[in-house]
Amino acid sequence: MSLKYIDEYRDSGLAQILVKKIQAISHRKLRLMEVCGTHTMSIFKHGIRSVLPDHITLLSGPGCPVCVTAQRDIDAFVQFSRKENVIVTTFGDLMKVPGSGSSLAKEKADGADVRMVYSVFDAVAIARENLDKEVVFCAVGFETTTPTIAATILSAKGEGVNNFSIYSANKLTPPALAALMETDGVEIDGFILPGHVSVITGTNAYQDTFERYNIPSVITGFEPIDILNSVLLLIEQNETGVKALVNAYPRAVSDNGNLKAKAILNQVFELCDATWRGIGEIPASGMSLKNEFKAFDAAKKFNMDMPDVLEPPGCACGQILMGLKTPEECKLYKKQCTPMTPVGPCMVSSEGSCAAFYRYS
Amino acid sequence: MKNDKVLLDHGSGGKISHSMFSELILPLFDNPELAKQDDGAVLTVGAGQLAFSTDSYVVEPIFFPGGNIGDLAVNGTINDVSMCGAIPQYISVGLIIEEGLPLSDLKTILESMAGAARKAGVKIVTGDTKVVPRGKADKIFINTSGIGVIAPGVNVSGSNARPGDKIIVSGTIADHGITVLSTREGLKFDSDIQTDSAPLNKMVQSMMTSEYEIHVLRDPTRGGLGTTLNEIAVQSRVGMTIFESSLPIKGAVRGICELLGFDPLYIANEGKLIAFVPEKDAQNVLEIIRQDEFGKDAVIIGEVTDKDPGRVFLTTLIGGSRIVDMLTGEQLPRIC
Repeated sequence: MSLKYIDEYRDSGLAQILVKKIQAISHRKLRLMEVCGTHTMSIFKHGIRSVLPDHITLLSGPGCPVCVTAQRDIDAFVQFSRKENVIVTTFGDLMKVPGSGSSLAKEKADGADVRMVYSVFDAVAIARENLDKEVVFCAVGFETTTPTIAATILSAKGEGVNNFSIYSANKLTPPALAALMETDGVEIDGFILPGHVSVITGTNAYQDTFERYNIPSVITGFEPIDILNSVLLLIEQNETGVKALVNAYPRAVSDNGNLKAKAILNQVFELCDATWRGIGEIPASGMSLKNEFKAFDAAKKFNMDMPDVLEPPGCACGQILMGLKTPEECKLYKKQCTPMTPVGPCMVSSEGSCAAFYRYS
Repeated sequence: MKNDKVLLDHGSGGKISHSMFSELILPLFDNPELAKQDDGAVLTVGAGQLAFSTDSYVVEPIFFPGGNIGDLAVNGTINDVSMCGAIPQYISVGLIIEEGLPLSDLKTILESMAGAARKAGVKIVTGDTKVVPRGKADKIFINTSGIGVIAPGVNVSGSNARPGDKIIVSGTIADHGITVLSTREGLKFDSDIQTDSAPLNKMVQSMMTSEYEIHVLRDPTRGGLGTTLNEIAVQSRVGMTIFESSLPIKGAVRGICELLGFDPLYIANEGKLIAFVPEKDAQNVLEIIRQDEFGKDAVIIGEVTDKDPGRVFLTTLIGGSRIVDMLTGEQLPRIC
């Protein structure tokens, strides 16, 4: 029952060769950060930490879209769900993320019309079928998801689906890497760069960050062989001192990325400052709709301007996202904060590092 | 944020369902039969023992490849009774029907129920029908209960797993959940997977009448194999190790799980059992299961250990190790 293009990258023989190589060349204590939430999940799911030397620490970075969504944005999603005649559409992971006082799942239990969709196109289909209602899509995600949202806006505009709008909490990856490197106390010896995001952005998107901070950086895929290989390359760079930005995922990632997706993205969205949960505002790290598409901007349509809110006391999501703390070092972890009663988003999303720690370690 | 309302998660069969059971339901209904937390209650009646079990079915859609809510409801209760080591004999049926359900759909469902009962050799002997106004239920919900006789000397329970036991699963996992999911609106997959809904009573009977020792039987339905193994680990106070390389999963099911980010260990099965068997008998019991029409793909997937009681570990394909926890949060609501 083998699966092509997956099983080759889970080969136990190949994995053992990589693990032996890692053990042979690794002498220094290193802290490597996987930026993407899908990497975090894969690392746990395949038990990768358990085969690495103890002195190699893998940190989960700010790459789970749900985890970096600011509390005020979650509050906005909840507010939309409380409005008359509004259907809120969302990806499943957002349902349970607690805002200041409620979550979309709770509002749904209270009777709000909140629907889980697998694609933003489904949200537009719901809008087409419910012309007497407004359909709001809670848009979170990085460069991987945003082009699809842009394409949807273009088609909704073309078709005149005017009862559809999005609340954009979309973000970009490279500014977050730079913000991390500028933060006091952050110690990272190498980045495992995201695979999916890089399919869109291309390797070149990280060139500036690499040059400015001279930090070993490897783009890789999500299978265990991919990840072990990236760890080996990062250790090699640290041990030899020859630092580089490497594309170790050439079967999917090119230098310039997906030009068509980037063009659509730039046609619909423009850069804006964005608040990242636990990290704060990062200049030019968010995506907002351009003026000509403002009719599809739910914040404008409903005059929604949520105040900044304090994150729950004790929640260390922000420090965890920057690699300053591990989930076990958060005093709420496994006590007040569990997947059944999450306090912070890192415990909610399946890609969140706290949820992954809770589930797999 | 504390929950003050019932959420879909409470019906997931995972952690939050268990805490509702142990914190709300068990203290109120408190009795030793319920407290055992097996698939059915084992009752002493006169000189003999009976197994008694009930289950409700709210699957959506009501028709799916390989079956419908009717045969699912009959097979499900047959299996729950069987997992007590019993031979199921009589079944009751409660129908809650939404006004407007086409009579032809009802007939198809009832015919499937009759067919499933006949195939398994059980009788549907009592029942009840209620109709509710349109919108107050979704097409049809079915409750079935069943009773079966436990032969003298049989002692099968989730609390009987012992270190050294081998863990057998009777076939491919996650077929049912993924079949139902792939027929839902918005997710159209072109595949030939079908529900695995099937009566396992004959398989169990062959196992129970053999000379071999069987410690635990369980059908990993809602919550999937991962959750069921955790339940047994807690009930028996033992640890377990299972091997990713041994898990039987159909290619199409794996593909859909990979695409959607589901873990097949937490996806529902409706025609599979897991058996805990002492090592000395494991190979023989495996052969008996493989002789059954629903057990051809049976394999040993792991073993019981005396380390870390209450925890289940998975040895991954690359030789790593990780915990398999109980399901937290609903992966797929209304799967059965």
